[in-house]
Amino acid sequence: MFRKLTLTAAVALGLSTGAAYAAGDSVVQDYDFSFEGPFGSFDTNQLQRGLQVYTEICSACHGLKFVAFRNLSDEGGPMLPDDQMRAYAEFYDVFDQALFDGEGDFRPATPADHFPESSLSNAPDLSLMAKARAGFHGPYGLGINQFFKGMGGPEYITSLLNGYVDEPQCALDMETPMDGYYNTAFAAGGYPDECKYEDGSHKYPGSWIGMSPPLWGDDVEFADGHATDIEHISEDVAAFLMWTAEPKMMARKQAGLTGVIFLTILSVLLYLTNKRLWAPHKAAAKRKD
Amino acid sequence: MGGIPHDHYEPKSNGEKWLHSRLPIVDLLYTTIMAPTPKNLNWMWIWGIVLTFTLFLQIITGVVLVMHYTPHVDMAFASVEHIMRNVNGGHMIRYFHMNGASLFFVAVYAHIFRGLYYGSYKAPREVTWIIGMLIFLLMMGTAFMGYVLPWGQMSFHGTAVITGLFGAIPFVGESVQTWLLGASAVGQPALNRFFSLHYLLPFVITGLVIVHIWAFHTTGNNNPTGVEVRRTSKADAEKDTLPFWPYFVIKDLFALAIILAIFVAVVGFMPNYLGHPDNYIEANPLATPAHIVPEWYFLPFYAILRAFDNTVWVVIIAEWVSFGIIDAKFFGVLAMFGAIVVMALAPWLDTSSVRSGRYRPMFKWWFAILVVDFFILMWVGAMPAEGIYPIIALIASTYWFGYFLVILPLLGVIEKPMTPPATIEDDFNAHYGSKAASGDTVASPAE
Repeated sequence: MFRKLTLTAAVALGLSTGAAYAAGDSVVQDYDFSFEGPFGSFDTNQLQRGLQVYTEICSACHGLKFVAFRNLSDEGGPMLPDDQMRAYAEFYDVFDQALFDGEGDFRPATPADHFPESSLSNAPDLSLMAKARAGFHGPYGLGINQFFKGMGGPEYITSLLNGYVDEPQCALDMETPMDGYYNTAFAAGGYPDECKYEDGSHKYPGSWIGMSPPLWGDDVEFADGHATDIEHISEDVAAFLMWTAEPKMMARKQAGLTGVIFLTILSVLLYLTNKRLWAPHKAAAKRKD
Repeated sequence: MGGIPHDHYEPKSNGEKWLHSRLPIVDLLYTTIMAPTPKNLNWMWIWGIVLTFTLFLQIITGVVLVMHYTPHVDMAFASVEHIMRNVNGGHMIRYFHMNGASLFFVAVYAHIFRGLYYGSYKAPREVTWIIGMLIFLLMMGTAFMGYVLPWGQMSFHGTAVITGLFGAIPFVGESVQTWLLGASAVGQPALNRFFSLHYLLPFVITGLVIVHIWAFHTTGNNNPTGVEVRRTSKADAEKDTLPFWPYFVIKDLFALAIILAIFVAVVGFMPNYLGHPDNYIEANPLATPAHIVPEWYFLPFYAILRAFDNTVWVVIIAEWVSFGIIDAKFFGVLAMFGAIVVMALAPWLDTSSVRSGRYRPMFKWWFAILVVDFFILMWVGAMPAEGIYPIIALIASTYWFGYFLVILPLLGVIEKPMTPPATIEDDFNAHYGSKAASGDTVASPAE
């Protein structure tokens, strides 16, 4: 595991050649997101940019079935103005069983409707993706990395979107090429024996993923003129997916902070009460001893 | 109150007398709340209140969650998301409930190890101890079934693994497993019955908690010296004790407030730290997660379950002697439950004449190793069963059994204990007296 850590650092420095990887290893970088830490909050502009990336690229295959269009106007989210949110919803057609005398028909979506489900069977729904993947582990199963860096869901998504690199030579030499695309952040995919050491450990991080590279840089154009290189837009969409996975994060942290402050004050008061309550008995003990 | 002389409730007004002659409930409450309590109790005696609070927290949040949850394989996962997104305050209620299970086990393990160190299990408190062990078992069952309800990947495949343990029972295993699941595999019948039992068992636990409190109110509390409260006269008893209200209620609430501040910080800032990302993926029978790991509070016993594989000589002998009836899998299951059984038998395995570990120079070290052993088991339970880890698990499991079955009985014979103070009053005075302030050798009640 220590080897893994050093190697992860080495890969981050671009020294990946000759590194040995145990099965399941992948490279997830630690990106700084505005919502990290007890006081971090979502960047509304970033969520809106992420929504745009999702709409123009991801939604071609993936769904967000747990998110309703009305959520886009919720406090602590992308906070689209009401009219924009309604206009956005109307872009989507949903099937309504009640129409056409019970036979059903398509109609434009309303704020109460949810985003459509994935249109491809092997494209997972993205609503909870940022909570369903961990970017950081260990070390040694002690959870110290998760404690300091978080579970790393958005980092995983960003790393995955940035993790498409050329296949290593060992895979290119194969007679039948690997299905899919080599990605350094994706651990769950196929991995050819040609790229393993004799003990079964991987020579290179990651594995082969079915999804073709979705982002190339400059895939979208932001109204606010924000940078559109691949790293920035993948961070934007990862932040947006963190919001879809945990839409109440701002309310939760606020409640946590209020609770901690309240309980700290209560602790002090109870400490003083307890001290005063016991004082005569402790003083008596001192006299008797 | 265990024969400890104390004040009694005296109904004064006519109304009080009327009620008292028909139902002496005020008397019962008075006796419980004003129970004479050893005044030298240290900070390890706060966990009972924390556990009682957590039980109520879990029941109250749980009852609200049930109002919005749907126990159906196609809808359970979505209904949990509905709670997280649409129910007013639902995300907080669910995160409190989810992390409340962890708080429950932190507190129960601290409570159990407190009892193991200070000899709280020893006569005359064996019944309190046994009931406590039953509560612990029911807690584990309840927590396990609760984890199934969100119907995520870890819920589903964890259920398959754990119910599979019962399948290891010789001859009847498969039937038992089918009976538990209500089908040959994990599915709708299992979800329904786990939901039903997850709602029922907390109330059984509540009942047992009342009996647990009744039992130790009958014997009186243990305390850090292990010396009993003097029962010779009310004046003597009052030198050793203070009433539960207000002295211990305020003290315990102070500790509870600090623990809850930490708990609320976890819920507010890192609610998924103790969970598995896989459980945010809806259950899919066709895709098995790469690593099926139980929740942290099961890991020590999970490690014991896995430690005894078919390369261990005890297992080989057991299999040979039983003509293959006790195979490695069944041996592991027996070991896991046996780890709790030997702990429950501690009152009869501990032969020492001195109750509290504070006055047992050798015991202290063996106990310290047991605590470390427990954490090693917890850690190794989360590790893959390959490389060095199975050996560590086997050594740690062996120590767990060795502590209860060999060390506890032997220590009572070979160890020369120190002399505990004559009375609780002496201990209290020595701790808060002028001599203690100058730093003498009196053991600190805060240890």
